[in-house]
This record gives sequence, C-alpha cells and structure tokens, in this order.
Amino acid sequence: MADSSAPKPSSSVKLVLLGEAAVGKSSLVLRFVNDDFQPNKEPTIGAAFLTQKCQLPTRTIKFEIWDTAGQERFASLAPMYYRNAQAALVVYDITKESSLVKAKHWVAELQRQASPGIVIALVGNKLDLCEDDEEAAEEESSGASATAAADDEEGEESEAAAESTENNDEGNNSTARKVSLKEAKSYADEENLLFFETSAKSGHNVGEVFTAIANAIPETSLKGRNAGAAAGAGTQAALTGANENSRVNLNAASGDGGPKEGCAC
Amino acid sequence: MPSDEERGAAPAREAKTPPQNEASTREGNTAMEQSRELTPPPLPPRPLHNLMNDPSASPASLRLSTRSSRPRLLSQATTALSLADAHPPSRSESIGASDTPSSRPVSRKQSPSRTVGSNDPGDQDDSASLKSYAPTRDPRFDGESIIGDISKYVPSPAWKALSSQVERDDPLEQLDPKTDYYSLQIEHEFDEIPPIDADGSNEEALLELWKTKLKHFFILSASGKPIYSRHGDDQLISNYIGIAQTLISFYQGAGDQLKGFTAGDTRFVMLSKGPLNLVAVSRLGESDVQLRTQLESLYMQILSTLTLPSMEKMFSNRPSTDLRRPLAGTDVLLDGLADGFTRGSPSTLLSALECLRLRKTHRQAINDTLLKVRLPGLLYGLIVAAGRLVSVVRPKKHSLHPGDLHLIFNMLFEAGSVKAGGGENWIPLCLPGFNNTGYLYMYVSFFSTLENSVPGSERPSSSGKDDELAIVLISANREGFFELQKMRNDLVAQLEKNGSMAVIKAAIRKGHASCSDIVPNTALRHFLYKSRGNVQFTMPSFEPYYHGLVARRRLMTLYATLHDSIHSRTAHLKVQHCVAHDAVALAWETPLFELYCVAGPQASREALTEGANRVVRWIRREEERVFIIGGAVF
Repeated sequence: MADSSAPKPSSSVKLVLLGEAAVGKSSLVLRFVNDDFQPNKEPTIGAAFLTQKCQLPTRTIKFEIWDTAGQERFASLAPMYYRNAQAALVVYDITKESSLVKAKHWVAELQRQASPGIVIALVGNKLDLCEDDEEAAEEESSGASATAAADDEEGEESEAAAESTENNDEGNNSTARKVSLKEAKSYADEENLLFFETSAKSGHNVGEVFTAIANAIPETSLKGRNAGAAAGAGTQAALTGANENSRVNLNAASGDGGPKEGCAC
Repeated sequence: MPSDEERGAAPAREAKTPPQNEASTREGNTAMEQSRELTPPPLPPRPLHNLMNDPSASPASLRLSTRSSRPRLLSQATTALSLADAHPPSRSESIGASDTPSSRPVSRKQSPSRTVGSNDPGDQDDSASLKSYAPTRDPRFDGESIIGDISKYVPSPAWKALSSQVERDDPLEQLDPKTDYYSLQIEHEFDEIPPIDADGSNEEALLELWKTKLKHFFILSASGKPIYSRHGDDQLISNYIGIAQTLISFYQGAGDQLKGFTAGDTRFVMLSKGPLNLVAVSRLGESDVQLRTQLESLYMQILSTLTLPSMEKMFSNRPSTDLRRPLAGTDVLLDGLADGFTRGSPSTLLSALECLRLRKTHRQAINDTLLKVRLPGLLYGLIVAAGRLVSVVRPKKHSLHPGDLHLIFNMLFEAGSVKAGGGENWIPLCLPGFNNTGYLYMYVSFFSTLENSVPGSERPSSSGKDDELAIVLISANREGFFELQKMRNDLVAQLEKNGSMAVIKAAIRKGHASCSDIVPNTALRHFLYKSRGNVQFTMPSFEPYYHGLVARRRLMTLYATLHDSIHSRTAHLKVQHCVAHDAVALAWETPLFELYCVAGPQASREALTEGANRVVRWIRREEERVFIIGGAVF
C-alpha cells in the first residue's frame, strides 16, 4: 500500500506503554519492532526506549516507544515517560482480572495528567492463552459453526472470542479468559479509547494496534508534516477508520489479520 | 585419594614453616586445636639443606622478595642473603604496613563462630597464629625458595600419624570422592522446581528435588517473612524459612548472633543486615567468608533496588512489611547473582573485575574519546564487553566500587532483562557502594559485535553473551536520558571514526587467550592473577582443559579452597602448594598480587613454580594491557 514514488511526510510520535507487570508490554513492543517473541521474558527494569517506523498511505510515522516496567516501584517514574506523549498503550492481561483494574487506573491518570490530545489504546494481551477456551466454548455453544475446524486460524479465534464471550461471561472459572471482551470493550467505548485484543505470541492484532494509533494521531499534533487536508476532518476520519479497523479485525471471519497488515515495517 | 606414598612425595601444603624438629610437636598442637576440616594441615618437616643448599631447587623456586613486607617479619628479614637475587623489593615495601593481620577477613576457621553463636572468633586464632609465627622469624627463610626440592624427603612418624587428618584437609580431595554425585547434580542445579499441585500430592517429591540442590540462598525479613529463595516457592519452603527464622531469632534474642553451622556436609551461613536476614546453604565446600561475601552481594542487590533509607522506612513503619512487593521483578537479578556464585565466579571470589586486554595506546585512545564526548551530567561512563571492562570514565573524587560494578554487570549480562529487549534502556538504580541512600540513572545501550552492524541499529535479540558490547552511562539526573543518548551517539561515532570500535570488537572476538599462548610450553592449565592495587584480575581461557559447567565448577572449587587458605587468619600462608591425582595447584600471595595457578597432575612442582614465575613476569610486562590503570578521570 505504500506509495513508493514520492517521499512521504514523516513525523515522530512519542508513545508510552503502561500496565501492570507481566501483562506483555515488552512482548508487544518486541513483536512490533523486531517481529519476534520470547517466552518467559524477564521483567523490564526501568524503561526501554525503542523506535519503529509505521507506513501509512499518506505519511510515515516514526514511533518513539517508551516501554515502561510494570512494577509498582517504578510507578513514580511514569509521568516522566507519558509527559508530552502523543499516544499511550495501556495493556492488560485478559487472563488476569486485576490487570484490567490497574489498566483503568492508568487510563484515569493519563486522562488527568497527560497532554490533553493523547491517543489512548486499551489492549488486552495474551489472546493465545484463550484459544482452548474458545474452541471448547464453540463446541459447546453451537453445532452451527461446526465447519469451523480447529485448524483454521486467527480470524477464527477472534470471531469465536467475540461470539463466545457471553457464554464465558457467567463465571466459567475453568477457562483461561478472565476478562470478557464485552466488558473491556464497553469500558473502552465509554472512555473513548481505541480497543484491541492481541497476542504478542502469535502476532495477532499487534500491527493493527500501532497502525490504528498512527491513524488516530491528529495531524495537527505532528511535527514536520505537510500542510494537509483539514486537520479536524482528517483526525475524525482517522479515528473512525481506526475504530472500524478494530471492529473489522475483531469480527471478520477471514484470516486477513496478519500482524504486519497495514504497517509495512 | 592418593596413598601415603604419593603424599609423602609431595606434601599437600607448605606454609612458611620451619623445617625444625619442633615443628612436629607444634603440628600436633595445631592439629588438635583445629579439629575439623578446612584447616591447613600441618607442615612436613623438611631437611634444612634442601632449602638452602640444593641447587636444583633454585631455578624453579618462587622468589619472594615481597614477603619481606609481611609485617612481623619486616624487621628481621633484611639480613637475608638471598634478597640480592630476588626481585627488587622496593615495589612491595610501601604496602607492607597496611597488610596487617587485622586487615584480613575475619577468620572462618575453627574459631568459635564455627559452633553456634559466637561473636568473638578471635581468641583461639590469635594463640594459634602466635605459635605458627614464632619459628618463621628465622631470616634465612625469607626471600629464599619456598618450595624446595623435597624428593629426598622421608616422612617422619609424626607426619605419617597425622596423614589421615591431612587427607581430609586436602583441598583437591574434596573434588574427588563426591565428584560423581556433584557432577551429576550440578547439571540439574539450575533446573526449576515445578510448583506444588493443587492437591499437594507431589509435595514430597518436590521437597526431595529441592533438597538435592547443592546450594540455596534465602532472604527473610527480621520478622520472618520470606523475601527470596533461589529454589522452591513459598509453599514448599515455608517450613524451612520458619526453622531458619527460629534459629536466628533465638540467638539474636540472646544478643549472640548466629553466624553459621554445619550439618553433615552442608554449611549454613547467616548474615543479619538491619531488617533482613540472609542465609546461604552450600554443599560446595565454600568457606564462611566466601559465602558471606555472596550474601553481602545479594544484600547489595536489594539495596540497589530499594535504597537503604526507603527499605528501613518500610520496616520501621510496618515491621511485617512484605518486601516481595517492592522487590517484584528483581528475582532475576538475585537469581543471576546466586547462580553466578553457584557456577563459581572468579570475579566474586577475588572481589575484583576483569578487563578486556587492549594495547595501551588503544585504551588511551578510548579514554580520550570518552573524555572528549563527556557531557556535564555524566557521573560514570563504562564500556563493557562481554562482562569485561573496556574503559571507564569517572570523576576524580569518585572511584567505582567493585561490588557496584558487579551488580551492574550481573544486570546486564546475567539477567537477560536488559539486553533481551533490544533498544536502549533507562534504569533507576542505587549503587550502594557509591551511595546507598539515593538513586542514580543508568543509560544502557548494547551492540552486537558479530556483524559489522550499523551503530545504533537494533541488535539481534538472540545473540550470545560473549559478543556483546554495552555502553553504560550513569547520571544523577533522572531526566538525563536524551542527554546521555546524545553522548552515546557521539561516543560511538568517534570510536568508529578513530578505529577504536574495530579494535574493541576484534579484542572481544578474540576472547581469552589460552594459557599456553600467554606462557608457551607451560605446565599450567589455568591461573587467576589478581592485582590488589587495581582491584582487577586476569585469567586465561578455561578452554581446553575446563570445558563445561562441571569442570569449571571443580576448578573454581579448587580456587576457592586455595583462596580460603591463603586468606585464613590462622594460617597466614603466603604460598600453598597442593597435589592430588588430578591436578597440582599453587597459591601465592604478596602485597601486590594474588596468584592461583593449576597444572595437570603430572606436572612437577618445578614446572608449576616456573609457570607461576613466568605468569608474574608476563603480567609485569603486560600490566597496562590487562588492567585499567587509572582510567579516564575528569
């Protein structure tokens, strides 16, 4: 999708990752930056600074990513990282309820303290751990989708996730999933956040998160961009697009949701 | 175990002991007093003429002019004829005065501390050392061959009678009988213990597994809350934590600290530090001092995370504070340290650092570059290659504490947290040796040295440990990241430009020189040389003789034993020579350096001592290459 003929305007975006310890912040970044995954990754100490470019149809976004440590003792340093940030990725672990509570705290803090225009994305990570749930739930719930064999891939899962959430909602404790899609989604809508469920392990939806954020950054807040279309409209469109994007990815039945889709980097 | 005959042919240890007849009676006393293992055994009586007259002894003997600095000998040693043909004594004498016995580590020998609960280990030691000192004042033995030719030696009855005890004490013996078990076990030493099943059915099995570990570290709070354990989760170890807490607090209650005790072949050592109690449990034959050093290091890691005032505040506000929460995520760092100790780390053993060997001019160029790009916010700057220091830039009034550097190296190279992520890191940490009350901020950037990667490009996250180059810049300014990032960029650009980067990378790729490269045609297989003044050490490659974990651990155990006896307050050995069926070893201490070397079992002691002398000559020649002397100071 990249237009190779003319150099596109390029701009930097400061992005910060926040969230409870061990939810997979560093793994998301590692997937996005290096397209790599390390099981049993050791906890981040302090913060890591990485950069990665994201190609949009009309421009290039260079993400300057602050991947912060989730432990409490580092919380007092967080303002240093989200100050002046144009985007924040607040991550929770869909297999751990307390991590969503922590995520909500971070969202509240960002809304209170960070720069007013900050784009916040709420991300539920570790979707791969819930594969079994979804399959089981699917088998139980209906024979209608019996054709969807287990060997089909990611699009399938997210569809199943969407479908089966209701089923899992009512205290099915044996499943890995502890935070329902519906609950998190409604919270995200309430707070006007971008929302995704991802798997850093499989790469599912990881690229989409960053692309959506890149799209949602208001052009006015970008340094060094060309004087473009009406900024307000552009932003609005980007936001809508992003939301659509997320909806599409979550509900689409086909497997077009590769991790690098829409982000040629 | 070697037979008596072998032993007779090559006495297990030789201190600086008089070959007089009275020695045997003295030995009897000493042996009685020092009833347990680990004590340097009595010394074999030796015909006097071997030391003085046998010409065959001299070429391979250690010439120890530096021994004249030994305080109690200083005044009398000057008449020694042999000083003339020894090394120039001038270098050592200035240091002599400070090398008093009291400056040594506290004895971990057969002092009352060995039994439960003494806080005065000194008494017995003093009387013992007096005895062993008195005869050595004979000036004839100063500066003369310490290791003579003992081929004509005939074991005395007293020597034979004592040899059963000696056998227990031979450091090399410790490696032998249990080797098979330890070799098998140490392969699994770092395997994780799985969690207990919900129904607790596997608890017994897990406890057995837990007990097979050769080494444990526990940290608990003064109120008995578990803070850290290397092996096993809380549930599994809670009983043992409880026992440890009971023992410790019982003796604390009596105003009499429990320092350590032995159970079977296992040594327990306790260290109390303010609100924390640390416990080391080892079956690897380490001495109390060595274990205590390791516990100190774990304690420093905790301070490095929390700082002393904030930790003390937590405990004074709430004595039952669960320190696991504030320490969350640092288990990898403590594990990294603990496993380093279990594998055997020369750096910790010697409390010294290793440097990358570089030509003096190259190091100077790097130092100059560091000084040139230095920004005002910088406190310390380090270039570290695969755990070895390349260069350091520091303010004149602040040197770097080796313990602090060890923590940094551990964080960077053992606990993969930092390097695994790629990118640059900004890490708040406290360097307790520098100042244990506040945080500094550390900028870290890794490079791979494998391919000629573009500076600053992302490192392949899977690259091995031995090819990594890290630039570490430390500042007191928590907002200083971008300033230090700029300095890093300038530094790398400059180093690339003046060719230093290529030099460093080549040196890293070359790795450690093998022993035979350093001293060709030597009998030596490995050595450790610590320069005491520089607090640095150097060593050759472990290959080809000490390949793999087991061989390395055995070598390190041998070094640890040599180190222990050299630093023993009771013995005051300056030279120790050990023989066993699988290796011969030599430890040699002077005020300038400590040298530990190991040769194959067939090596003669002449070959060993010749090798040792050649290593010392090599170091003298290469001193400014293998050690950082001064560094870049501003």
